[in-house]
Amino acid sequence: MSMGQAPMGGAVEAQEHQDEQLEQARKPKLLAGVQEKWNGLERWQQWLVLAVVAIIVFFLPVINPPIITTEPGTDFPLACFDMARFALAALGLSVVVGQAGLLDLGYVGFFAVGSYVAALWTSTDSTMVHIPYLWTLPLAMVVTVVFGVLLGIPTLRLRGDYLAIVTLGFGEIIRLLASIVPALRGNVGFQNIGAPPGTHDGKQIFDNSNGTPWYMLTVAIIIVVMLLLGNLERSRVGRAWIAIREDEDAAETMGVPTFKFKLWAFGTGAAIGGLSGAIFAGQVGFVNNQKFDVATSMLFLAAVVLGGSGNKFGAVIGGAVVSYIPNRFIDIAPYKYLVFGVILIVLMIFRPQGLLGVRNHLLGAIGRLRQWVGSAPTATAGGRAATVDLPEKGDLS
Amino acid sequence: MHSLASSLAADGSWIQFNWDYLFQNLGPATVDGLTFGAIYALVALGYTLVYGVLNLINFAHSEVFISGAYAVVFTLSWLGFGPNTPNLSPIAIAGDLILACVAAMIVSALVALLVERVAYKPLRDRGAPRLAYLISAIGASFAIQYIFFNWRGSNAEPAVIMFQPKAIFDIGGTLIDSQQLTIVIAAVVMMVGVDQFIRRTRLGRGIRAVAQDPDTATLMGVNKERIIMATFLIGGLLAGAAALFYVMKVPSGVIYNGGFILGIKAFTAAVLGGIGNIRGALLGGLLLGMIGNYGQYLLGDAQWTDVVCFVVLVLVLMVRPEGILGSNLAKVRA
Repeated sequence: MSMGQAPMGGAVEAQEHQDEQLEQARKPKLLAGVQEKWNGLERWQQWLVLAVVAIIVFFLPVINPPIITTEPGTDFPLACFDMARFALAALGLSVVVGQAGLLDLGYVGFFAVGSYVAALWTSTDSTMVHIPYLWTLPLAMVVTVVFGVLLGIPTLRLRGDYLAIVTLGFGEIIRLLASIVPALRGNVGFQNIGAPPGTHDGKQIFDNSNGTPWYMLTVAIIIVVMLLLGNLERSRVGRAWIAIREDEDAAETMGVPTFKFKLWAFGTGAAIGGLSGAIFAGQVGFVNNQKFDVATSMLFLAAVVLGGSGNKFGAVIGGAVVSYIPNRFIDIAPYKYLVFGVILIVLMIFRPQGLLGVRNHLLGAIGRLRQWVGSAPTATAGGRAATVDLPEKGDLS
Repeated sequence: MHSLASSLAADGSWIQFNWDYLFQNLGPATVDGLTFGAIYALVALGYTLVYGVLNLINFAHSEVFISGAYAVVFTLSWLGFGPNTPNLSPIAIAGDLILACVAAMIVSALVALLVERVAYKPLRDRGAPRLAYLISAIGASFAIQYIFFNWRGSNAEPAVIMFQPKAIFDIGGTLIDSQQLTIVIAAVVMMVGVDQFIRRTRLGRGIRAVAQDPDTATLMGVNKERIIMATFLIGGLLAGAAALFYVMKVPSGVIYNGGFILGIKAFTAAVLGGIGNIRGALLGGLLLGMIGNYGQYLLGDAQWTDVVCFVVLVLVLMVRPEGILGSNLAKVRA
């Protein structure tokens, strides 16, 4: 809050306040109503609703709802798995882009590293030591964190556009290395990548052609990751991220070690990206250098921006939507990148905060405080006088 | 992690430095590098001008460039050029090339203006945050790329050969051919022309004024919108010219996503020389062209050129983010 600013500050704030009201007015009524009702619920009621939603989501491929289903175009369980893996990757990217405000255009690089870790340690084509597939999930996370830190240390001093370009370069370097380094087998790639154990009626449960168990596994992982991320967001780390996103210089001045927390964000995002990459490799069972182009990075970014930068529910929904639309409307599948390119422009023009927008308790509190200050009764009319008065009181005390 | 690294090292030879090969071919590598560098420099100018005036990286500039390249291919095929060397008189070829160049410049300039109108202007009107500009530019870049993809498919356009390069000079055993000479001279002439245009003309003064302080410039009667459009226009024109040279140099390189890597390299060139600095773009372009080519000869695979360029980008940004000549369009003196 900027209570100790120069007198001009009051005018600016009043202006901002007005803008906010305009923003409120511009919001679609339906979404605003739902949000209000949701905020009015008790904590346990929210959890109850979430649990019901989670169960429905969990059994989505089994229910196979008539209108939502992607059949006969695409196998619905596989489409569901696709949605889940996109949602997981978008969740990871939303930590970097949404929470900490670092635009990462090379996120597919982490996804690729995770996939290659799963491939190298489980594929029959690999000469490396073979380990059970499930062990590659934590291993993929560890390796991608190492890559995230390796990328972050030299580049995180950069800001905004420069960081975006450098991360883009990183994604390309990973892809090019996958082509150049012989051990990664370039275009030939790795086949027969492992899967979680377990058989049912003599058949393997986690099968390449059956999306349902993979989907359930991924959804379970998404729920765990979301709970952990929620805790992280409410901790000192999450507050530091918000401070960095809102104003990096101010955060630095107030004693937030910005570099350290940016590295945290990069590492966390990278780990989740690596995890989703390893799951993807396991389900598809085949990895080569063709699967990790910049276009995929852009789809992840589109998912995060679409859902609402800084909102983890938004990222999950955005990820699911981005992968669902081309599967459901198979006619537009060839145009999906074109469609998402146009969507990005239109969103930035009309609704830059995405579909759900930032749901942030801290910023919400500031908003309420501002409203309260603005509504204080004063001799002269209007909130502007009240905010102009405040700095003087502050000076006296 | 450790076992990964050691397995690569045990496998051994995925990276090797072939210094002998590089020094044997230093002459050709340099000349060819300068030729590519001249192309990078022309594209880099588009990034530099927009950055100087708007303080934004025009992410869609690579698509401005590739649109020009498509225009070149279409024009030349329409004129009857094909995968074989045409049997025409030099004057006829020069006329056709100028025609293709003009077509590419017009198309690129139109695409640049379109991007400005669609992806930047509405955001400017609404006072959007900086990140929004970048994301909408990425959207524009993707939309254009995949318009070409859906129109022309995922394969590169058939090669169009314009003329067979003939060796003209021989400097210490290094042959310089007519193609390389044409590209470098034409590019340098254009860059000098733009440099003088920015320094000497009324519109150039306006561009410098907006780069220095948009608000004051507006108060002094400069039409900011007109200046911004002029900036995109000049960038587009140069990208069109670069597209012709690119098709000359890489006849089968016109593909829907072909602008991406070249765009990154041009941006790297702009940063290397000092983004926002016109002479820096020329210097950075030529330097990066040479560095990339040396890297290719040293490491023995054309794919390494891109890796080398990305690494150079990271190193430059880390060590000297202002670039070699420093970055300021506004400080240019007339």
